[in-house]
Amino acid sequence: MEVVYITIGVSIIVAVFFFIVFLKSVKSGQYEDTYTPSVRMLFDDELVKDEKEGSKEPEKAKENQQTNNKN
Amino acid sequence: MSNCFHCGADCGKKPIKFDDKNFCCNGCKTVYEILNASELNCYYDLEATPGTIPSEIKGKYNYLDNDEIAEKLLEFNDGETSVVEFYIPSIHCSSCIWVLENLNKLNEGITTSLVNFPKKTVRVTFKNKLTSLKAIAELNTSIGYEPYISLEDADSKNNKVDKTLIYQLSIAAFSFGNIMLLSFPEYFQVDGFWLEKYKYLFRWLMFLMVVPVVFYSAKDYFISAVKGLRHKILNIDVPISLGISVLFIRSTVEILLDIGTGFFDSLAGLVFFLLLGKFFQQRTYNFLSFERDYKSYFPIAVTKIVNGEEKNIPVKDIEKGDRLLIRNEELIPVDGILINGNAALDYSFVTGESIPVSKNSGDKLFAGGKQTSGAIEMEVINTISQSYLTQLWSNDVFNNSEDITIKNLTDTISKYFTIAILLIAFVAGIAWYFINPSMAFNVVTAVLIIACPCALALSAPFAFGNILRIFGYKKFYLKNAETIENISKIDTIIFDKTGTITSNDKTQIHYKGVNLSSEELIAVKTILRSSNHPLSRSLYSYIVEKPFEEKPEEFKEILGKGVQAVINNSKLKLGSASFLNVESNSLNETAIHIQINNKYKGCYIFNNSYREGTKEVFNILAENYNLIILSGDNDGEKPYLEKLLPKKTQFQFNQKPEDKLTFIESRQKKGEHVLMIGDGLNDAGALAQSNVGIAISEDVNVFSPACDAILDAHEFEKLPVFFKLSKKTIRVIKASFVFSFLYNIIGMYFALTGQLTPVVAAILMPLSSISIVVFVTILTNWISKKL
Repeated sequence: MEVVYITIGVSIIVAVFFFIVFLKSVKSGQYEDTYTPSVRMLFDDELVKDEKEGSKEPEKAKENQQTNNKN
Repeated sequence: MSNCFHCGADCGKKPIKFDDKNFCCNGCKTVYEILNASELNCYYDLEATPGTIPSEIKGKYNYLDNDEIAEKLLEFNDGETSVVEFYIPSIHCSSCIWVLENLNKLNEGITTSLVNFPKKTVRVTFKNKLTSLKAIAELNTSIGYEPYISLEDADSKNNKVDKTLIYQLSIAAFSFGNIMLLSFPEYFQVDGFWLEKYKYLFRWLMFLMVVPVVFYSAKDYFISAVKGLRHKILNIDVPISLGISVLFIRSTVEILLDIGTGFFDSLAGLVFFLLLGKFFQQRTYNFLSFERDYKSYFPIAVTKIVNGEEKNIPVKDIEKGDRLLIRNEELIPVDGILINGNAALDYSFVTGESIPVSKNSGDKLFAGGKQTSGAIEMEVINTISQSYLTQLWSNDVFNNSEDITIKNLTDTISKYFTIAILLIAFVAGIAWYFINPSMAFNVVTAVLIIACPCALALSAPFAFGNILRIFGYKKFYLKNAETIENISKIDTIIFDKTGTITSNDKTQIHYKGVNLSSEELIAVKTILRSSNHPLSRSLYSYIVEKPFEEKPEEFKEILGKGVQAVINNSKLKLGSASFLNVESNSLNETAIHIQINNKYKGCYIFNNSYREGTKEVFNILAENYNLIILSGDNDGEKPYLEKLLPKKTQFQFNQKPEDKLTFIESRQKKGEHVLMIGDGLNDAGALAQSNVGIAISEDVNVFSPACDAILDAHEFEKLPVFFKLSKKTIRVIKASFVFSFLYNIIGMYFALTGQLTPVVAAILMPLSSISIVVFVTILTNWISKKL
């Protein structure tokens, strides 16, 4: 049953590891603004299209996508 | 009828057409052009009509070129890159986030920009070589996102959020969970052999994990207990710290001497629940600030005129005798004398009165007014700290830090509680000493452990926390939980008048004099159309007749006095009484007098309109409270108010900001608990001095002076309900105290009979805490159902 030392040891190391990761994420300010990132992630599509841009067509497609998104 | 493509406002009869789209003004069109040119028109796809009309820039941000000022605003600057955080009140939708995060497309020098939506800020990183702070501020303004820069930004930088509680809580949670798992084997005692072998490992692991809980997570309880004892107060933290230390010492002794497993799980659980309550009680509103003083309103820099040249200087450097240039829409930061130009000052920040006051050269100007008609020149007579308004902040009320001697409900009870517990422990110790001396230590520690008032300490935080949240949904934002308790003790309510019980936006107008024919009314309206004075604008929208198409001839506007013009061969003069050379029958009225073809016709009188439900609110409150109106205005409306409000309402007029403060102080000396409701900076002293200061605000995103609570003006009618609920909350807490005492009595039975084993403690402690939390949450939700 000496294996208990190892299993307990490993489980505590894993727990402590995740705990430290959590503390780091708090410290980095990850939880300070929980709203903006949720909006920001939806923008990535538009940015790519803008870089391609040029004709009016992609814009139309974009608009369609917009309405789809809304639905 | 069409709406502006940019801002959604009504375009009127002649919209500006551009790119097949309608715009209400050139400003909106320009923003569209700017965004269109940089392929940022996605802005208009994300949300319909997301924009705001950009305000004028013209020299507004010149002061940002002054290095001394710029340095104060920058968060970071290493010579090449700089970081600045702007507060932009007009951020309101996802399009705003999108366009502000794509600022780098509009200005090469900007590396990144990051929006924090709840706080309405954008953090911009830029290259010093390619752009400047001024350029960025102007860019933001040009697309309708005007940064708000105030004196406060220069003073306090980087007031970071205190995350200690989160760390403490997470450590306690981590240890609580793990210790519970580790202590399970001994509770169930399944297999005697291997448990015997490994229990030492488990016990010492638990010990390791509980050490940070006691010495880090719970440290605030010890600190507060010591502070309380120094002031000779037995606050709730005293029995808590006593319980925690006894738990820790007894458990350590037990595992050292191999007597038992100790109470490590109960200890970690106790601290975890206590901190959870503390965390729950904290409610921060990102978009509100309860600490504002004049610095949040005042500009950071002004334009000084030296030998005819304009120079930007920080507001702090203003000296007596300086010449200052105040542009349109700028705030007067110091007291002075008007030298040049026509001043029409909007003192709504200060008094709540939004109708501008006219001043002529030679008149004294007080700090805090916003110039609304063109640029003026003034000479400084007082520096910023000595000005009439800002002097108020040198009063002691603003320097008093939190008073430690304030007793709250929980602490009042804990005094008797602690004494009782110590007595019981003492008596039980002596009794057991004679019955069975070996048990005495056990029983005494057991009493102190079980008496640790976890449930008692939890009921108030959870009840207050929940009510705080419910009030927040109903737009009554409280600074902290103590405010609820303070509201429940109130017996005197003092109201400011202007802006508090009157509303700013709706002004009542009535006409007095010879009736005007509809043709005359049309003529008046046509002339008013050409005037930009706020009074003209409200009267313009009041007159229902349609104006003539043609423009008035010989139009002349004398700022601060009135307008005159010829229309359809009749000569009209509109304006103040002195402008028309008529006797004003009462000095206290705001009115536009009308003269047609040299004949005096009459005047439109502007009355402040009282908030809807003012009468009802006062009638309800009059049953339980003393009511006082404390106003900085003259007593012109006293007769009307006396009719409107309940008979016992008292009135105090012509009160200066300091008078308001001392008035409240004098009432408090009589033993009254005073609640002050105000809105402007002139109430700041009164709000700080009163037991509870409530600032009322038409738009909570806009500024309100430092206070304990902010109430959305539209919820004014609900005031009595809020007060009543605060009282009921206290009753709920008292009921939950009784409930938690029951648990203590049950626990005391186990403790006194020497039967308190770790298992009993491990069941009783979380059970009592959780049931109390459920109890107060359900009750507080139930009492606030009607809100």
